[in-house]
Amino acid sequence: MKRTIYYRLLLIAVVAAVFLYGFLAYGINLGLDLQGGIHLVLQVDTEEALTEIVLQARERIEASLRDAAITFTEVRATPDRAVEVIGVPVAQRSQARAEIDKDPDWNVSPNVQGDTVDFRLTLQAAARRAYLELTVRQAREVIEKRVDAYGVAEPTITLYGSGEVQDQIIVELPGVEDFDRVLDLIKKAAQLELKLVHPQAGGVYPTREAALQALGGQLPADYEILAFGGRDGQSGFMVVKRAAAITGQHLKDARRSSDPVTGRPLVSFFLNPAGVSLFGRVTGDNVGGYLAIVLDEKVQSAPRIESKIDQESAQITGLFTVQEADDLALVLRSGALPAELIELENRTVGPSLGRDSIEAGMTASALGLILVVLGMLLVYRLAGINAVVCLTLNLLILVGVLGFFEATLTLPGIAGVILTIGMAVDANILIFERIKEELRVGKAVRSAVTAGFDRVWDTILDTNITTLIASIILYHVGTGPVRGFAVTLGVGLMANLFTATFVSRTLFSLLLERREAGLSI
Amino acid sequence: MDIVRDSKIDWLSYKWVFIGLSIVLLTAGGFSLASRGLNLGVDFSGGTLVYVKFADAPQLDQIRSVLDGSTLKAEGVTRFDEPEKNEVQIRLARVETEEAQDLTEQNRLLLEVLRSEFDQDRDASKADLNNASTVALSQRLQELDPDNLRAESDSVEFQQHYEALARRVIELRNDQGGIFSGFEAVRQSDLPETLKTALESSFYLGSFNLISVESVGPKVGQELRQRARDAIMLSLVGMLLYIAYRFRTIHGFAAGVAAIIALFHDVFITLGFFSIFYKEISLTVVAAVLTLVGYSINDTIVVFDRVRENLRLMRRQDLATVINTSINQTLNRTILTSGMTFLAAFSLYLFGGPVLNGFSFALVVGIIVGTYSSIAIASPIVLWWQNVLDARKARRRGPV
Repeated sequence: MKRTIYYRLLLIAVVAAVFLYGFLAYGINLGLDLQGGIHLVLQVDTEEALTEIVLQARERIEASLRDAAITFTEVRATPDRAVEVIGVPVAQRSQARAEIDKDPDWNVSPNVQGDTVDFRLTLQAAARRAYLELTVRQAREVIEKRVDAYGVAEPTITLYGSGEVQDQIIVELPGVEDFDRVLDLIKKAAQLELKLVHPQAGGVYPTREAALQALGGQLPADYEILAFGGRDGQSGFMVVKRAAAITGQHLKDARRSSDPVTGRPLVSFFLNPAGVSLFGRVTGDNVGGYLAIVLDEKVQSAPRIESKIDQESAQITGLFTVQEADDLALVLRSGALPAELIELENRTVGPSLGRDSIEAGMTASALGLILVVLGMLLVYRLAGINAVVCLTLNLLILVGVLGFFEATLTLPGIAGVILTIGMAVDANILIFERIKEELRVGKAVRSAVTAGFDRVWDTILDTNITTLIASIILYHVGTGPVRGFAVTLGVGLMANLFTATFVSRTLFSLLLERREAGLSI
Repeated sequence: MDIVRDSKIDWLSYKWVFIGLSIVLLTAGGFSLASRGLNLGVDFSGGTLVYVKFADAPQLDQIRSVLDGSTLKAEGVTRFDEPEKNEVQIRLARVETEEAQDLTEQNRLLLEVLRSEFDQDRDASKADLNNASTVALSQRLQELDPDNLRAESDSVEFQQHYEALARRVIELRNDQGGIFSGFEAVRQSDLPETLKTALESSFYLGSFNLISVESVGPKVGQELRQRARDAIMLSLVGMLLYIAYRFRTIHGFAAGVAAIIALFHDVFITLGFFSIFYKEISLTVVAAVLTLVGYSINDTIVVFDRVRENLRLMRRQDLATVINTSINQTLNRTILTSGMTFLAAFSLYLFGGPVLNGFSFALVVGIIVGTYSSIAIASPIVLWWQNVLDARKARRRGPV
């Protein structure tokens, strides 16, 4: 046997072994369309997050101007997300400017109106982008924590989007079919705040109007009216301080526990050291008052402060079931979402449907493959084996690459595999037909084979590269499913170039070594 | 074995037959596309597609009337898959207001509506075993604690124990096709006796199971449509440029343009078939259309490649003869390749199940049309291109 054939066979064996290892060691991840699970596309409401940022900036600027004893009529946030400082005396202009410039994220444009000056602050593009990215990243981290705590095997959470920043979060939870609960867990804002209740006119009031009336028709600027309870059977409205005494940032832990008296489930939360000292100060200053526990803008309960409290834990009560208490503790532990999540897409594929489609798909694909293999053997006899080997190797490389890259196989991905198989078979048919043509014009076997491969090389190159170009573009421009198609197709085509030319040719050489006389084709 | 030997068919002489046939197909498809359009699936139009499996043969009219009585907008209630599987596909209209769209809320409502109709006599204190998920079931079991483990094992083991049991129950339900029609299956299974008792005493069997719910908001559908279209258009341009460059010896851009026109022809006819049979266009169908684009371009290139080679070998012959010869020389290959891929696609169509139905339908149509167009559309265009060029050259030279 010629040395070169030996080396070539060795190379083919190594390639086969490597990709077989890739397949066996890593396996193939099936997409949610095949194995069942939940696929969510959530958009982070960045608009809302930006509005929040502008409101915070407004408060900060107002406070810093006041601290610096600068006179002004008003600091307001405008609907187009600017902050306006109105009516600063011209004499204090540079002082005010210095205060405003402390936050470098804003573009400031002054506007002199007689003897006063107004400043208009708009968020710089880069800062805006950074805020948006931060918001999305935080949202993603919170979701990750919650999904992990829920206990899903191999969740994938990715960012996606074509806007200013990637503001869509794709959550894929294989094997989960509990769409109700998962959505609740993921989308819950979980903003926990402790707010002091209005000392004279706290409530509870049956309606918002009643609360307003008790305040003398005018809501003080630093107070707000929040809905109360709902779960306790009791409901109504309370007047609480706008600024929270303690927020979720001071939270260390939260878990379900049960009421020592009634045995009902409730959620205990624990404060971090900073939170504990703050809690002590707030309760110490307000003995005899009430402290509202507010979750997502709704007062859960408002216990009376009997004395200064130095302990680190407190409870949220309500008519919870065990599961609800567990879930609430979970979302509190994972932190609050920085912005609302808008549900764009929600696919829940039950495992039984996924399984049916795999079974049917597998049976049909196997049948199709068997038909192709039988056809090749029938038409090309011994040379057909050559084609079958190439096809097998091609599929092996494909699954091996999918394994190594831990890629996910979806239905559209299978479409790519089918096209690959078709083109692999076609490459072999092209070669065989060409060899037969060369034999027909009277060439010797060996030179017919050489000529066949040489002539067909261009064709195979052109068909594969054309399709490869398409698959690369599809991968870059396309979304999820189109991409899945492009990946398997691209990999398959490259495998095809290798098997159709190198492997097939080696096998022919081997065949000719053995049987000099003729060729069964 | 040869399918055909030394065929000497003058393909180009049939070009009017081909063009006529294509015009008929294109007009029929175009007419259907214009009049009733494509049946866009929820992937593209937005909305919700729900697959419900019933324990007994479902009454479609009953489902329709109960949905009509609710706030849900049902667009279609049809049987799905083989009748004995008792599966129903319900399509709900998309939520129009983008602000208020809450897909989960809608899904929940659907579950309630169906429950109020089909599980009227349920015991509200029990949970529905047929709609319970693994996690929910595991949690309920932990509360019930039929094996009395809470005292002895620590919380992790305790949890794992009931998670494993829950998985076995759901696995059993999947084996039953996704729904228990009676507790008989539970009784006869190899589940622990304590679990069987707990299941029977604390759960009821709902008469249906929502096996799959797919909701797509309008924004996503629009974006998917846009991106899919962009991706396909750009890849067509990429292919056009490559083919034009590689086959520049066949009259410059002629080959590239002819190949792309043939592709449009194939895609349009296939979409026309989808419109005529009003089959749903889902994302998998888009993948199938991409696949047929691949097959079609492959076929065309094989013929052009032979033309390119023969142009060098047969310098004295005119282009029509060269093209005819090339088609005939590659005819065996064309028949074999198309035949085999057709066999594979057709077996997928016949046995691939309902999920793959649209996909394999596109492939079956696409392979036939794609093979046909390489011979019948792409080749005559190249010839026509040359004739136009020749005529122009002749005119430029002026009258002799």
